[in-house]
Amino acid sequence: MDVDDLVILEDVHFSHGSRRILTGIDIRIPRGSVTTIMGPSGTGKTTLLRLIGGQLRPDAGRVVVDGHEVPALAREALFELRKRMGMMFQSGALFNDLNVFENVAFPLREHTRLPESMIRDLVLMKLHAVGLRGARDLMTSELSGGMARRVALARAIALDPMMIMYDEPFTGQDPITVGVIMQLIRRLNDALGLTSIIVSHDVAEVSAISDYLYVISEGRVLDHGPPEALSRSSSQWVQQFLQGRPDGPIPFHYPAPDYAEDLLGPERAS
Amino acid sequence: MNALVRLGAWSLNGLRRLGRGFRFLLQVIWRLPGVVMQPRLFTAQLYSVGVLTTQIIAVSALSVGMVLGLQGYNTLVDFNAEASLGQMVALSLVRELGPVLTALLFAGRAGSALTAEIGLMKVTEQISAMEMMAVDPLRRVVAPRFLAGVISVPLLAALFSAIGVLGGYLAGVGLLGVDGGAYWSQMQAKVDFYEDIVNGVIKSMVFGFVASWIAVFEGYDAVPTTEGVSRATTRTVVHTAFAVLALDFVLTAIMFGD
Amino acid sequence: MKRTYLLELSVGLFVALGIAALVFLALKVSNLAQVGVTDGYHLLARFDHVGGLRVRSPVTIAGVRVGQVSDIRVDPETFEAVVKLSIDPGYRLPSDTSAQIYTAGLLGEQYIALEPGGEEDYLGDGDEIALTQSAIVLERVLGQFLFQKAAGE
Repeated sequence: MDVDDLVILEDVHFSHGSRRILTGIDIRIPRGSVTTIMGPSGTGKTTLLRLIGGQLRPDAGRVVVDGHEVPALAREALFELRKRMGMMFQSGALFNDLNVFENVAFPLREHTRLPESMIRDLVLMKLHAVGLRGARDLMTSELSGGMARRVALARAIALDPMMIMYDEPFTGQDPITVGVIMQLIRRLNDALGLTSIIVSHDVAEVSAISDYLYVISEGRVLDHGPPEALSRSSSQWVQQFLQGRPDGPIPFHYPAPDYAEDLLGPERAS
Repeated sequence: MNALVRLGAWSLNGLRRLGRGFRFLLQVIWRLPGVVMQPRLFTAQLYSVGVLTTQIIAVSALSVGMVLGLQGYNTLVDFNAEASLGQMVALSLVRELGPVLTALLFAGRAGSALTAEIGLMKVTEQISAMEMMAVDPLRRVVAPRFLAGVISVPLLAALFSAIGVLGGYLAGVGLLGVDGGAYWSQMQAKVDFYEDIVNGVIKSMVFGFVASWIAVFEGYDAVPTTEGVSRATTRTVVHTAFAVLALDFVLTAIMFGD
Repeated sequence: MKRTYLLELSVGLFVALGIAALVFLALKVSNLAQVGVTDGYHLLARFDHVGGLRVRSPVTIAGVRVGQVSDIRVDPETFEAVVKLSIDPGYRLPSDTSAQIYTAGLLGEQYIALEPGGEEDYLGDGDEIALTQSAIVLERVLGQFLFQKAAGE
């Protein structure tokens, strides 16, 4: 086993009720890298992040983060591990009863006993890093979607974690905001020596900032590699996904009986 | 046959929910000592759960008390017993109407808000985000709200009864001319501190516990969608009403049965 | 900072109001305040029949409350009811005071009315009131009335 891998998923299976979501996933995420997990909506990308964060337990397989078997950890140990993980949720998930400053201060207040002046300095530093030092007194309802995500990012790095997970960071944002978030992800990763895991389906954006890509569909990894290698992938499926073609191995039509038969078939007679 | 299967499924589902509810309650109670360590969180909840409910409690209590005064007078005056008005108003309020109506109003005003708030925190992934920040949402979010409800309801019920008694005084003595001295002295003669007041307070404590439990559980157990939260909010009000009315019958039978 | 101040102030007000309401219920609505009269001195009175008299029923002089019934039991030898009254120590009663059980109104509660006499001596703690008149029991009065009526014819 390579000790340089911060996160290792080995043959991970997971099902939700009778729905099988992951069927044997293998992913390795090296320290210091920006790794993106891509795939169509509903293929369990967010589930993967929750498995890494220990919010879900796999049915089978191993989830290892920084040498710890996550599913086997007791509650206290899991909480210790989570303090070193940051996560940026799709919606930002800011606490709407707190203002921007208090949202970023939240993990510091919960987990440290720092004096107020120190907390203030730390929060302003984190907010400065995402360019929102001036927005500290706004309530979360006054923020645009992009600003909310940046505040969430500042909150995620408040405790100086070893890694950050991004759940769909670009979805539904205007091009400028997307550019800002792309730049932030890359810059924070390199400046703070983080490991970043992105879950996304925005091919162009993640190709530009990622060191390594995984493409998953229907619960398994279809192909993986650095962006330029992956664009030459032999898989028809990966090509369809990367280039966004409407038809291909993933058909345009939802599985259905024959069209002519359906229109003229017996059901019509009844 | 089909109806039987449905009944079975319905009962099993109900049992499962009840089981989850009890486990949830134990987990919350286990975290209550932590709430005392963070009085600031608790104060904020006492504001939104208790202070914001006083308005509706005061208005309802005043009108209920006045109506009791008017109706009671009309009945008692036929027996020349209108001097007993104070006793009638006070006993109805202290034993029954105060605790029960307070619990029902609490469910409508504060309980539903608690459920919606916790449910929406779930929808917007705030609960999940908290877990990922290694902060226990049961301790940070649920326990302070639960405790605030448990403490607020008995205070609100006492407020309800007191304002109601004053409302009865306004209607009976102020409008209808019952003797003011008789209103108070008959009341004091017939309302027993231990039998009536203490039992009423115990009732309101039980109701407060149950109403707060239902409210936070429904919120935390809600399906994290807009529709799920709105359903959970409705369930809070309906289930609290059922629970309070059923418990009221049981408690009344135990307390005033003999 | 101002916001937390107002919030804490209103919460404080709320709790204070709730407690005030409880105190109001205890002292003004219920009989808790009157229980204090048990601190007074005690007198005994014997009755053939106490009717609906209960512990904590009022004891009055000229219609003004001066104490309450603190205990009712039956004398095992004479089978009379022995009622213990606790009287506010501010009232000193002549030794020939009499006690009657009355009903307040037609449906009201029963209470003990004391009628002070003219003696120079005063009743002390534990003394017995010699002159008593029992409660009027409606059925007994009616029964006597009917009996006399029947005898008269």
